[in-house]
Amino acid sequence: MAIFVFADQQHGSFKKAALETLFFASQMAARQQQEVVAVVMGEIDQPQALADLGKYGARRVLHVNAGWLNDFDAQLYARVFKEILTQHEADLCVLPHDFNGRALAPYLAAQWQAGLLTGITSLPDEHGCYQKQVFSGKATAWIRLLPKRQVLTLLPNTFTPTGKEGQAKVEQWQPAQVNAAQRRIRVKEVQTTQGRVPLTEASIIVSGGRGLKGPENWGMIEQLAEVLGAATACSRPVADAGWRPHHEHVGQTGLTVRPNLYIAIGISGAIQHLAGVNGSKYIVVINKDPEAPFFQAADYGIVGDAFEVVPRLIEAIKKYKGIS
Amino acid sequence: MKILVCISKTADTTAKIAFTPDQKSFLETGVQFIINPYDEWYALVRAVELKEQYPDTVLHLITVGGADTEPILRKALAIGGDAAFRVDLQPIGIEQVATAIAAHVKQEGYDLIFTGKETIDYNGSGVGGYLAGLLDWPFVSLATRLTYDGKTVVVEREIEGGREIAEAELPLVVSCQKGIAEQRIPNMRGIMAARSKPLQVMAAPPEAQQPAVQIDHFALPPKKSGVHLVEPGNEEELVRLLHEEAKVI
Repeated sequence: MAIFVFADQQHGSFKKAALETLFFASQMAARQQQEVVAVVMGEIDQPQALADLGKYGARRVLHVNAGWLNDFDAQLYARVFKEILTQHEADLCVLPHDFNGRALAPYLAAQWQAGLLTGITSLPDEHGCYQKQVFSGKATAWIRLLPKRQVLTLLPNTFTPTGKEGQAKVEQWQPAQVNAAQRRIRVKEVQTTQGRVPLTEASIIVSGGRGLKGPENWGMIEQLAEVLGAATACSRPVADAGWRPHHEHVGQTGLTVRPNLYIAIGISGAIQHLAGVNGSKYIVVINKDPEAPFFQAADYGIVGDAFEVVPRLIEAIKKYKGIS
Repeated sequence: MKILVCISKTADTTAKIAFTPDQKSFLETGVQFIINPYDEWYALVRAVELKEQYPDTVLHLITVGGADTEPILRKALAIGGDAAFRVDLQPIGIEQVATAIAAHVKQEGYDLIFTGKETIDYNGSGVGGYLAGLLDWPFVSLATRLTYDGKTVVVEREIEGGREIAEAELPLVVSCQKGIAEQRIPNMRGIMAARSKPLQVMAAPPEAQQPAVQIDHFALPPKKSGVHLVEPGNEEELVRLLHEEAKVI
């Protein structure tokens, strides 16, 4: 029996969340004497990248090398996946809980008639329960899936792959029942923000709130993010006021993030904002109001004026990193 | 065109989350319930805008839940929509909700179905995709923009570090998030009109009766041990702590 993993890629570069999911599956497989099979859709530029998935725990790679699968389409991908799972008589499939995984997993579960559990943050315990954040991070639930066939999605930044040796066995796989003519979603354009760390993949996030007084003051936030190799985020009032784009909004009605380090600057820490960030491993709060509720949720803090503290913090980090 | 918007009842964003002493159930005492913000602010409002653009559009709302969800449905009708449906079932998990809605869709027939990107209580993010999978319709998730010219839907969605613009024909299922529409506050005329709009209660189809998940128990996150404050002016000490103690830089 094997665990199948959706190894999501673009031009042969595998998404961070996909590698984490492979690693997670290999941890699960090790307990049950199973092997991990990575499924890769679409053409890739570097064939070596496929065999290298072995470093993340894949024993085999099934590569569906078709140009018409280069663009993601939940319906088409689910059909191909279902064919693979059926042919291999599989009963477990794990996907990253990222943009594509969140679309594909439920679609696949419906078509493959499997139970679905999304956004898990742990391996199963002795009772077969997975942990999952609920109420947007305000609580954790222990949930088990009843059907034998299961589709899981793993929350990004939960498992950190540790380097392994090994190369996966790469096999080409051709779908028999799915073809290009079945595509109903035509991708017209892909716009990427160049040179910036995607918020969902960032291990460090620098976030600004109303305390920064206006969009013209975001220079120091971006500068701090740059020296840390971090992504930038903001609180809801900031996005609503149009100071920053909506996709940077972190919180209960925005993005839920769980980086290793979340630096909150000029954010008071409303309950809705905390819900979106309290999965972070460490939280640093910089706020001039010592009563700001965010300090209750923080690991480290500086009570002080952001306009003085942040430039000094940038200098301190440059000094530590040896950047002049 | 016929549009269906899936509506869910959730605890208010400011609600303090607590559980029964055995940790098995969510404690509803004193909790205010609202329309799931993604369903209300984005899915419903975008559907209402499309109806304003194409006045012959029929707009239906559906929820899967007990009688306690009816005030939520009425509030949603006050924002817009011609009629609401309630599938009488207390669902646990994505499969039951999607299966119940799929049965209604097959009977009633729709061109476009909107859901919110997820509910803010169980954060499953799966009803839209599961429903599309059951219907075998195309599906676009996490849409931040959507236009319809009477034939083709152009939809923009978020991807890692960017966005993707795609075209699709109807029928289509779309899960919506911030950007696709702006929140609307229902006005008095809408609230009055909602009172007399049809709200039909339907029995759950047999295939939706069995849950696929079982919640064993809940827990609140462990309390932080307390913030370690660093004096302003001593930022180098913070950098040292992040490096040596937290090991995150």
